Parts: sequence; C-alpha cells; structure tokens
Amino acid sequence: MTSTAARPADAPRASTAPALPLYAMHLRMLVIETLRVPIAVIGTMAFPALSLLFFVVPNRAVAEDPVFATQAVLGLAVFAVMVSALFNLGLTVAENREKPWDPYLRSLPLPAMVRIAAQISSTAVFSFLAIVPVLIVGAVATEASVSVIGLVAGLLALAVTSIPFLLLGASIGYAFSSKAAIAVIQVGMFGFAFGGGLFFPPQLFPEWLETLSRFFPSRHARELTLAAVEGTTPELWMLAGAIAWTLGTALLALWLYRRDEGRRYR
Amino acid sequence: MKAHASGANGAAALASTDAPFARLAGTTRRFGELTALDNVTLDVNAGELIGLLGPNGAGKSTLLSLVQGRRRPTSGTVELFGGSPSDARSRLRLGSTPQETALPDTLRVGEVVDLVAAHYPDRVPTAEIADEFGFSELLRRQCGSLSGGQKRRIAVALAFVGRPKLVLLDEPTTGLDVDARHVLWSAIRRHHAAGTTVVVTSHYLEEIEALAERVIVIDHGRVLADDTLTAVRDRVMSAVVELASPEPERVAALPHVVRDEVVGEGAAAAGRLRLTVDDADAFVRELVTSGAAFERLTVRGASLEEAFLALTLTEQATPLAASDRSAS
Repeated sequence: MTSTAARPADAPRASTAPALPLYAMHLRMLVIETLRVPIAVIGTMAFPALSLLFFVVPNRAVAEDPVFATQAVLGLAVFAVMVSALFNLGLTVAENREKPWDPYLRSLPLPAMVRIAAQISSTAVFSFLAIVPVLIVGAVATEASVSVIGLVAGLLALAVTSIPFLLLGASIGYAFSSKAAIAVIQVGMFGFAFGGGLFFPPQLFPEWLETLSRFFPSRHARELTLAAVEGTTPELWMLAGAIAWTLGTALLALWLYRRDEGRRYR
Repeated sequence: MKAHASGANGAAALASTDAPFARLAGTTRRFGELTALDNVTLDVNAGELIGLLGPNGAGKSTLLSLVQGRRRPTSGTVELFGGSPSDARSRLRLGSTPQETALPDTLRVGEVVDLVAAHYPDRVPTAEIADEFGFSELLRRQCGSLSGGQKRRIAVALAFVGRPKLVLLDEPTTGLDVDARHVLWSAIRRHHAAGTTVVVTSHYLEEIEALAERVIVIDHGRVLADDTLTAVRDRVMSAVVELASPEPERVAALPHVVRDEVVGEGAAAAGRLRLTVDDADAFVRELVTSGAAFERLTVRGASLEEAFLALTLTEQATPLAASDRSAS
C-alpha cells in the first residue's frame, strides 16, 4: 500500500512549527497558570523546610555537627526536589488528563516531546524553588556549611539527578487517575526517601539495606550531589544508576504519553 | 486499500478531484464492552460542508477524536491528509474546537489564542480573529470569568486561527442564544465559501439544515444515511400521528407506519395509538380509505429522535411495524 497517492496534490508534507519556540510558548503558559494559583506549589515548597526545622534542628547532635548537618540539609534538599517533582508533575499530569483541555491540545500539530518537555520544565522551575527554604533553614539554624563552588556544583548535580523523578512523576500522571496517582506518589515518595538515605544517612543502614539502597534513584541523587558539594569523585555505580534511571524513565514517560488517550471509558 | 465506494453517494458531485482530506475505512472503535463506532467507512473531500447528525452518544465525538489523532481505532484505518492522524505533521492543516469547559481558567483569552496559534505556520493575527468572532473586548479577561456563550465563540474561533484546510466543529452552538448562533453560522459559511472544508456535528436538525450540504446521520456508531441535505431531509420528514381507534392492529398495519405504540393507561386509553409515519399526508389518505374507525386525530412533526428511529426502522426494511408493539 503506497500512501503517496492519497495525498492532496496541493499539500507537500510540511513539518510542524519549530520545536524550540513552541516549547517556550507551552512552558510560558504552564508557568503563568501555576503563578496565578500559587497555593498549589507553596505546600510542596514548605514541607521539606518544615521537616528540617522539626526533625533535624532540635536534634543538636546532628545540627551542631558540620558534617552531619550538611548531609541532613542535603538529604532534605534532594527530598524537596523529589517531592515537588513527583507530586506537582504527577498530580498535574493526571488531573489535566481528566480535563478536556489536554485532549484538545493533542488535536493540534503538537509533537509529544514538546508537550512533555514543557510540562517537566515548568515543574522543574518550582521544584528547584523548593530548595530555597531548606537552604535558608539549614544555613540559619544548623552548622551545615558549604563553599560557594560546592554550592553551585551541588545545585547542578541536584538539577541533573532530579530528572528521573520528573520523568517518573510524568509517567505516574499518564498511567493513573489523579486519585490513584496521589496514593502511588505517597508510597513511592517515602519509599525513595527512606531507601535512598534522605532521612537517615546510609552509613547507619544494615548491610542488606545499604546494598538495596544503591539501586534507588534517590540514593544516586544524594550521593552525586554530596560528591559535587564535597568535591570528591563519584563512584561508578552512582553514575551508572543515575543514567539508567534517566533513560528508563524517559522511555517509560514517552511510551505512556503515546499510549494515553485521555480519560478511560469503561 | 478499500475502494472509495460506500458512503458518499451524494458527495460525489461536490468532491473535487483531490484525494480525500480525511478517510475512514472499516473503522471500529470500542471502549471495553461499548462499541462507539461500528465499521464506519467515509471520505471527507476537499470543499465539502458536512453535517454529522446524531443523538448524544451516537459516536459523533468518537469519530472526530479518531480523525484528530486523539484516539486510535480498534480496527480499520483512519487517514488525515493521506497520513496517520497520530503524526503531528498530519494535523498541521486541521483545526478543531475544544469543549467550552476546556479553556484553562487562569489563562487570559489572548494568551489562549496565542498558544493555539503558535502551532501553525500561517496564523491569523489575534486582533483579527477576535474581531471576526466578536470577542475583542474579552482578550484581557481570564477564561474562568467568561460566560458559556463567550467561551463557545472563542472555542470556535480557535478552530480557525491556524488557517486550516479542514475544520472539525463539535457542537459549535450548543447553549447559544439565537442571535449568537446565527453569527457563528455565518462565520462558518464565510470560511467554507473561502475554501475551508468543514465538518460540523450537531444534534439539532435545524443547525444541520442551516449549514450542511452533505449530511451524515449516525447512531449507535453506525452510519444510517450519507447523502445530500435534501435527500436526507426528505427521509427524516416523518410525523407523529395520534388517534384513538377500536381497531389498533388494523390502523398500525397501514402503509407508511414505521412504528406504533399504545399510549395512556388502562381503560381510559381505550386504544389510543401513537404512530410514527414517514409521510403524514399519504398515511391520512390511507387511513380514511381503509374505513377503519378512528377519532381525535392529531398530527405533529416528528422530533429528531423520532425521525432517527423512523430512519433506522426504514433502513432495516421492516415495513410491518405491527409486531413491534413492545418498542418504546
């Protein structure tokens, strides 16, 4: 079957609008939408800082030890980004799928990658803002300390290692209804947080949990960010794990988006 | 590939020499147990103005969603401009309306127009499209603050903002008052005259009559009729006759009766019949000639729902409706 014959004569196959301006337009609109109802992001921004304030700061053995305090602040910074990524993206995507606007956008000449990238980037902006309160509480109320170079390197490492969480959040959003997504995100979030050593340092883990923990993206994020902050060389398993999770979740998100047809009718 | 045979007999005269803009061939779409679209074959040709008519839940929106690439058929094929509708490039010359409730509440009208327009290589300037569809004064307003009618006008405008070749309008005037409806109709006609191919769905017969040249009647996921407006209108020109008669079986068996039911309860009803007939004048002549006793005769035009039913029963070639007493 050749399909060329079926093409109207006056219609050479054009390509869609340039991806970058289209991406910028979608990103701008998503950020505007969020900024006009900011309460949605404030919750996820406050939660990690409050955790630091209530659980770490009163524990003077940790808060007054520069090494432990730095690790605790770093763990909660990773936690902040992870929670924001999973919650904001997973829930937003799931909710949008249940509204008629997203199905409409799918009828436009809009490549899947552009929309996914815009949704992920807009969430990433707010995920990153969630670190700010953690860093402020950490700097003011604990002995945590970091060099300027360490801070910049750490933020970069955190940005890169947060990508799997964003893709995972998007995947959850495409795979589940908004109510189911909340449950899945909550279980996943705390599993990743404990398992990845964001609440308790992995040095305190029993051996089996330490081994298991090395397969968690939250652990990779913690270790790579820590290495960046301290200027040490990351180990191979951390890099390999982070890359594997990034690729795996990217494929998952793309596959789920293509498979998705909006709300399911049964 | 299936030959372009079924369906569009009335459209042949309207079709240009170009290949179809959209083509469904043996297309079926199921949602679990429900068959929303059942083996539909039809072409949308360049320059047509097609009315897709059917009651709620008939499969109209499912059909559009397949052409838009939002859903994939369970079996059969769907083509858009000769390509797959799920390829974004195939949708470059397609325009559609979102549901009126779809517009993002927090975005301003101008922002929504710009967002949609950004997907097309040759867009209509915001001021121009707003002027044409009469929402220039709303461009700074957030969509959440608009009335249903205002949202609908904007939704229809969005379908035209990318200067598309093919426009799919899903229930474009539902919930609009008469004036607003006529303004939209004239806009649709103007774009069609300028060369845009238009498919408009509706469950209002009036709307289809006002706009369409070719009419596709769809119900339970199947195409019941696909013909020129005149031909389809003649076929759905049914009427409902009510009368009381001591011989209901004899009356129901008369020619032109496509459906009959006993109305009212118990003795008070006394053989009160409601008949759907495909030609009221011819039926009344038959009734009088037959000599059957009757009284309190009333005749009214069939509602669209009744007309559809008449059409279905006629299609199924069951002229003797007397056995169909249980139908409600």
